[in-house]
Amino acid sequence: MKTLEELHKIREEKRNELDLRVNTKTDTREKHILVCHGTGCTSSKSPEILENFRKILKEKNIENVRVIKTGCFGLCAKGPIVIIRPEDTFYANVTPNDCEEIIQTHIIEGKNVERLLCKDIDGTKVSSLDELSFYKKQKRIALKNCGVINPENIDEYIAFDGYKALEKCLKELTPDDVIKTISESGLRGRGGAGFPTGKKWELTKASEGNQKYVVCNADEGDPGAFMDRSILEGDPHSVLEAMAIAAYCIGANKGYIYVRAEYPIAVKRLEIAINQARDYGILGKNIFGTNFDFDIEIRLGAGAFVCGEETALLESIEGRRGQPRVKPPYPAQAGLWGKPTLINNVETYANIAQIILNGAQWYSSIGTANSKGTKVFALGGNVNNIGLVEVPMGTTLREIVFDIGGGIPNGREFKAAQTGGPSGGCIPKEHLDTPIDYESLKEIGSMMGSGGLIVMDDTKCMVSLAKFYLEFTVSESCGKCTPCRIGTKRMLEVLQKICNGDGTELDIYKLEKLAANIQKSSICGLGQSAPNPVISTLKYFREEYREHVVAKTCRALECKAMAKITVNEEKCKGCGLCQKHCPVDAIRGEGRDKRVIDQDKCIKCGTCLTSCPFHAIG
Amino acid sequence: MCENKNCCCENNGKDAFLEELFSVYKPEKDNLIQMLNEIQEHYGYIPKNVQQELSEFLSIPLAEVYGVVTFYSRFSLEPQGKYKISVCLGTACYVKGSQKIMDRLTDRLKIGPGQTTKDGLFTIEETRCVGACGLAPVFTINNEVYGKATVQKLDQVLDELIQAENNN
Amino acid sequence: MDKKFVTLTIDDQKVKVEKGTTILQAAKQAGIDIPTLCFLKEINEVGDCRMCIVEVEGRRGFATSCIQKVEEGMVVHTNTPNVMEARHTILDLIISNHAKDCLTCTRSGNCELQALATKFNISKIEFEGERAEHKVDDLSPSLVRDFNKCILCRRCVATCKNVQKIGAIDCINRGFDSCISTVGDLSLNDVNCTFCGQCIEACPTGALHEKETIDELWVKLKDPDAVVLVQTAPAVRVGLGEEFGMPIGTNVTKKMVTALKRLGFDKVFDTNTGADLTIMEEASEFVERFSENDNLPMLTSCCPAWIKFIESYYPELLPNLSSCKSPHQMFGAILKTYYAKKEEIDPEKIYTVSVMPCTAKKFERTRQEMKNKELLDVDNVITTRELARMIKQANIDFNKLEDSEFDDPMGEATGAGAIFGTTGGVMEAALRTAQDKLTGKDLEKIDFEQVRGGDGIKRATVNIAGKDVKIVVASGLANARTILDEIKSGKADYQFVEIMACPGGCVMGGGQPIKSSKTISDVDVRKLRADSLYSIDEKSTVRKSHESPVMKKLYEEFLEEPGSYRAHKLLHTHYNKRDKYKLDEKQN
Repeated sequence: MKTLEELHKIREEKRNELDLRVNTKTDTREKHILVCHGTGCTSSKSPEILENFRKILKEKNIENVRVIKTGCFGLCAKGPIVIIRPEDTFYANVTPNDCEEIIQTHIIEGKNVERLLCKDIDGTKVSSLDELSFYKKQKRIALKNCGVINPENIDEYIAFDGYKALEKCLKELTPDDVIKTISESGLRGRGGAGFPTGKKWELTKASEGNQKYVVCNADEGDPGAFMDRSILEGDPHSVLEAMAIAAYCIGANKGYIYVRAEYPIAVKRLEIAINQARDYGILGKNIFGTNFDFDIEIRLGAGAFVCGEETALLESIEGRRGQPRVKPPYPAQAGLWGKPTLINNVETYANIAQIILNGAQWYSSIGTANSKGTKVFALGGNVNNIGLVEVPMGTTLREIVFDIGGGIPNGREFKAAQTGGPSGGCIPKEHLDTPIDYESLKEIGSMMGSGGLIVMDDTKCMVSLAKFYLEFTVSESCGKCTPCRIGTKRMLEVLQKICNGDGTELDIYKLEKLAANIQKSSICGLGQSAPNPVISTLKYFREEYREHVVAKTCRALECKAMAKITVNEEKCKGCGLCQKHCPVDAIRGEGRDKRVIDQDKCIKCGTCLTSCPFHAIG
Repeated sequence: MCENKNCCCENNGKDAFLEELFSVYKPEKDNLIQMLNEIQEHYGYIPKNVQQELSEFLSIPLAEVYGVVTFYSRFSLEPQGKYKISVCLGTACYVKGSQKIMDRLTDRLKIGPGQTTKDGLFTIEETRCVGACGLAPVFTINNEVYGKATVQKLDQVLDELIQAENNN
Repeated sequence: MDKKFVTLTIDDQKVKVEKGTTILQAAKQAGIDIPTLCFLKEINEVGDCRMCIVEVEGRRGFATSCIQKVEEGMVVHTNTPNVMEARHTILDLIISNHAKDCLTCTRSGNCELQALATKFNISKIEFEGERAEHKVDDLSPSLVRDFNKCILCRRCVATCKNVQKIGAIDCINRGFDSCISTVGDLSLNDVNCTFCGQCIEACPTGALHEKETIDELWVKLKDPDAVVLVQTAPAVRVGLGEEFGMPIGTNVTKKMVTALKRLGFDKVFDTNTGADLTIMEEASEFVERFSENDNLPMLTSCCPAWIKFIESYYPELLPNLSSCKSPHQMFGAILKTYYAKKEEIDPEKIYTVSVMPCTAKKFERTRQEMKNKELLDVDNVITTRELARMIKQANIDFNKLEDSEFDDPMGEATGAGAIFGTTGGVMEAALRTAQDKLTGKDLEKIDFEQVRGGDGIKRATVNIAGKDVKIVVASGLANARTILDEIKSGKADYQFVEIMACPGGCVMGGGQPIKSSKTISDVDVRKLRADSLYSIDEKSTVRKSHESPVMKKLYEEFLEEPGSYRAHKLLHTHYNKRDKYKLDEKQN
């Protein structure tokens, strides 16, 4: 239990101590070696790297150097990542064996380890994080502390103004003041639909009931989206603080965090954070000496995508199958055990404290007319800089893919970007310059979703992509309502038929009819949005569908059943690499001959395509 | 015979783990999924008699417990293999060709996703995004992540595991 | 403004309805039909099937009319082109995953899915595709589950889990693989199912039906050596007519007797006589236990689903059960002994058949205890629906049948026997006899209004011979649970408890004609059928079992007195603790 004075003292002392984390000019003899412990880096041995650093430092009796475990830095493709502060040197793809050299060269001799410096897309080595084009256009609010603090140490969170916003709310503001600030900031739900957060709080506050709940939706299920996990892993207290503020506003005393069991690191750090907050009296009874009580419990999901839907999530917390409820009533009216319940997702909560501390005006000055602030995207797929990026709303897709993401690898062309996961749609080249916000994405047939952003190059077949998403929806449909249970299955069957080369033009019509009716008549968001990948690919890549059903060809050669792989004689240089890689000896030709593919033998595995350095096979 | 040393299938009563579990949790219905998560973790699957114990403890009809177990993909009804190989079919991995890894795996082990080989060595699973998108495509074996996977790499890892098992 | 009422517009009609009404109800009041499938009033209001969708102006997407409440000024459209196309698509999808073998389906002609397909004029399936294939579970003596016909409306699940609080079946798996099943997909025979058959009554299609035993019956009816004796339960006569288009609850006793004779049964008897016999034994058992304060409260034992329930769930209360067999079992035993001897028939040649409103009776007759010298008391149990099916198979025009009477010498039963078919009836019949026995008088007050009516639990205190007797009548197994918990915890001190597994008693049994969701919404089926039984009672010349001439003769000639050695041997039984599940762990 800490008094407010004690907390203030911790904040002041710690802040000085940690100044070198955020200020390269800090006058200090200390150095902090930050080792990323996000899931990506952890799985490439960052805990071993951390141990090695500590061991070597001890062996060499080096003082004034601390090794810190941090959350995700974002640039996962370069992991494991090590950053040395205050000079902000960025080492990429570090292995446990590199520790010795880093200590010797960087720490003892004061020189950069050149071979480990991170390379930017153009090949130039950068010595500091800020120089990387990946970070230049980013603005980190939700991810502010990720990669800066040790997520398992509450003092470090407090040092960077942690729990200051909660104190301000409890001591200086009424619930209505807080809600007003949130409303004026323009913050909208980051989980997908973009409902105004302030409005949601207001509605839940207005609902009558002596028992209310605050829930954090951390059941991040979109394949390819991992921003929520990174926040929980890198800055768990920011979520706890926001939940407490929300509880104060709506009049709740109990909170639940529903998090995927597949995120063991996030769960562990949340548990640590909750325990630390309880120890400090920040969760529990009479918080900060007021009569406000609040505590949080973690509930683990067990592998069902649909539980990201808020009413399914409630069902799951109550111990049942995650089958959505018909709305209305909305959770704000009747949620957990029928009581008014506020549900926000992780990223939404991660913005709250910043808004309270910096003001609604500050937040609403960022972004577009109707979408304020920043959005975190998990950038993945066929793009050079795979990782987590936080950009102001209104940043264009082109900026994200090319400036931040560093463009498409292997000299391929950009074909489309997919946002919103299985509920979203594909954005083609012609919309690369659309400023991204809730409305614009909807307008071009996609949606913000939780923030997965998958880039696809020209080797991707858009019909197959639609099929991929439908496979996902079919396997994740809860089975409660007819349109989603049977309808999505029928859509998938039609797509399979088309990809097998058995489709007809009537099948395209069937897809559209099913899509329209499933969209309108399903109970929950999962079913209502399940047809989106089909609708948007039909909208922008209809020609590809027509090629599949009329000419029976797949231009991306992904649909094996109808693919015929041939060598372009003009491009072929006769290097023979394709022949060497072909697993079934289906390629003929000797010496510098142009190669020919024996169609009878070819199993259309595509190995030759990827092995040809001249893109001569297609 | 059951090979799983943690298995309770021959034990009709509650073992120490269940005794402990039933003392930690209150008999409230909303604890079902929490308890199932712990049971899955401990035994590697959800044995039938444990489902019945849970049903009695929480006063939830057994069919409903079973309905919950079969709803969530994390729970399995059968013991898992010694090596649980999960191939990520999240979008990032899919776009980078993880389906080929899965095809190769099912081809080699002659079982489908969600199944376990007869010798109890391997279980194949599909997973959605393990969050290592930077390393796509990714597969994991018992939670160890193998990134930037290729069919060759998979073959190599499998060969090593099978070799090691044969030597035992 | 009237706060209790809401005015809205449905299909351009102004409608004023009570606040809290659903759009579906409001439309019905305005004479507008909205199709439903998963909706079952007060039991399953979940909006899963999506047939009842409507458009509400200003609202994104469709509204679920079976759940959503009306609001002031709401403008609803129930049949826009959008709604109609969506409904057609949904129906198409449901049928695409259904085993369309209507010609040979027991529910043909009384199937809600078939009715909708006809109504929507479905002539081809646009979205054909993979159909989930499932093994039919016909291993239990009572119920058959055929998931190939299931449309996942979950009405059965809600009935089993919420109305009966059994939960033998539930939704398992997810997505397209979702199905209604038991734990581990076991047969109903191996789980906690009580065979009450309420799931059948809830099912809109042929996915659930009784285990039919008509075929073997036809064989016996053709066999010249077999003496085929049939008895019909009280509730059958007020349900059977519905299968031939008569109003709900029509009393068709005499046409039914004629039909049975036409079908070739050698003799047609009335289970009401068996009920009289049960009262003779049970009332005297109660009087004895009440006087000696032994194992009170006494629990009635004539409902086999209830018996299976208590054996599985409350074995510690088994000593409280009356040891009486159920009426048709008693009667079967008497037919193969007393009647056989009297008519000089070899009991081995007698084939006893019970027509019951019940599916659990099919299980009951197979119980080890239900036989005498290795001869089964009852050889075949068919439901009211199966009897209707036989009459149709025999091409008998039921509506035009002349009347006939039950056969002697077991023919004339009392009014007390008739009311066995409804909740509270057994209690009332038993009290009529018990009060006379306890007072030694022929009391005139024989109507016990306290135990009549449709409430699930009816508690009362009746004064008999200066003593207060605390009684309770419960129907539906959820209510049974409530009562048993009260007894177990010592919260209640009842002396006599009547329990029927089916809500409303046997008139609403799992073997009775199936009413559509719409009918159940509009009409109190239980009341109509029960009223018909009470009117039989009222018109009866004898209304107390112990005054029945048949009973008097039977005891005089054969049984001596209630509770005698012979009575015990033939008419009483015992119960055993029963495992809820037979889980097979061999798979491990």
